[in-house]
Amino acid sequence: MRVEEYGERNLQLAGWDVHLTTYKLGDQYHCKADNVSPGAALARTTGSTRDEAENAAIARAQELLGRTRRRPV
Amino acid sequence: MPDYVHPEVLVSTSWVADHANDPNVRVVEVDVDTKAYDEGHVPGAIAWNWGSQLCDTVQRDIIPRDKYEQLMSNSGISNDTTVVIYGDNNNWFAAWALWQMKIYGHRDVRLMNGGRKKWLSEGRELTKDVPSVQPVKYKAGEPDLSIRAFLPDVQGTLSGKSASLVDVRSPQEFSGEILAPPGLPETCQRGGHVPGARNIPWGKVCNDDGTFKNYDELKALYGAEGVNESKPVIAYCRIGERSSHTWFVLKYLLGLKNVKNYDGSWTEWGNLVGAPVERGAAAKAGA
Repeated sequence: MRVEEYGERNLQLAGWDVHLTTYKLGDQYHCKADNVSPGAALARTTGSTRDEAENAAIARAQELLGRTRRRPV
Repeated sequence: MPDYVHPEVLVSTSWVADHANDPNVRVVEVDVDTKAYDEGHVPGAIAWNWGSQLCDTVQRDIIPRDKYEQLMSNSGISNDTTVVIYGDNNNWFAAWALWQMKIYGHRDVRLMNGGRKKWLSEGRELTKDVPSVQPVKYKAGEPDLSIRAFLPDVQGTLSGKSASLVDVRSPQEFSGEILAPPGLPETCQRGGHVPGARNIPWGKVCNDDGTFKNYDELKALYGAEGVNESKPVIAYCRIGERSSHTWFVLKYLLGLKNVKNYDGSWTEWGNLVGAPVERGAAAKAGA
């Protein structure tokens, strides 16, 4: 099997830059959300459509990023 | 990879595809997200779990020597095997695995340039099949601790400027604005950085496709921050995997002779009672 419909895009969630990588593998779409800096994975999801996989990843990433505390420096 | 000082430690995705059936080559996937391998991997690749197989699971430390030998043996890796490691996040934990293999003296271990991301984006073959591996004999060397920094090494940089410290975390982690990468659990008591450290985030060494930038770009990046052959270098991050990526770049792609990875990193320093901490954004180079 090979990856099809590979795509990447950036968006902002809870004030943080997020990078989404989505592709089709077999009959499922896979999506990975990471924080652009430093690039750590926040969510890895699957779905029967691109939207389903991306929406699940975005929801999970938003939840995690919403917990991040910024401190005064 | 002609322009790096040690191009032999890096292979391309096409090289890996061409050597899929080479009995002298073992391909290993090491991901931050340990479920990625199950989704589909390079045909013939096995997987190592950084959280359970590449560390001491009781005390905080790298993998003990006997466990390392057992891991290599069970992976079908002999002392003469060419090992190619790749993984997600542009090879974060792949570099972590390579660093440990170098500590134990494995002669021929390489990274697949661009890691898992490049393999996927190129639409290369993937499989869910896990290869059957025959255990072989493996004997580790005496640990080479010249590539590993411990707390006293870092403390020694405070007064005598004995080494250049490179903090490879994000600017927000460096400044103390956040205590861990966004979205991840906080794992230290204090934010900031080791006094005197330069902030050169690990990702600055990578192109958009996950491959490493060329020699001239890397040399300019570190040279602008005063990181060069004139002084030993110690790289650190939060737990030591991002800094092993930077260690790889400095040691092999730029060829600096004295580079150490401080795997205690911020989760050690930022939890120490009485350790000096600097906060705020990075000063301009030369300031």
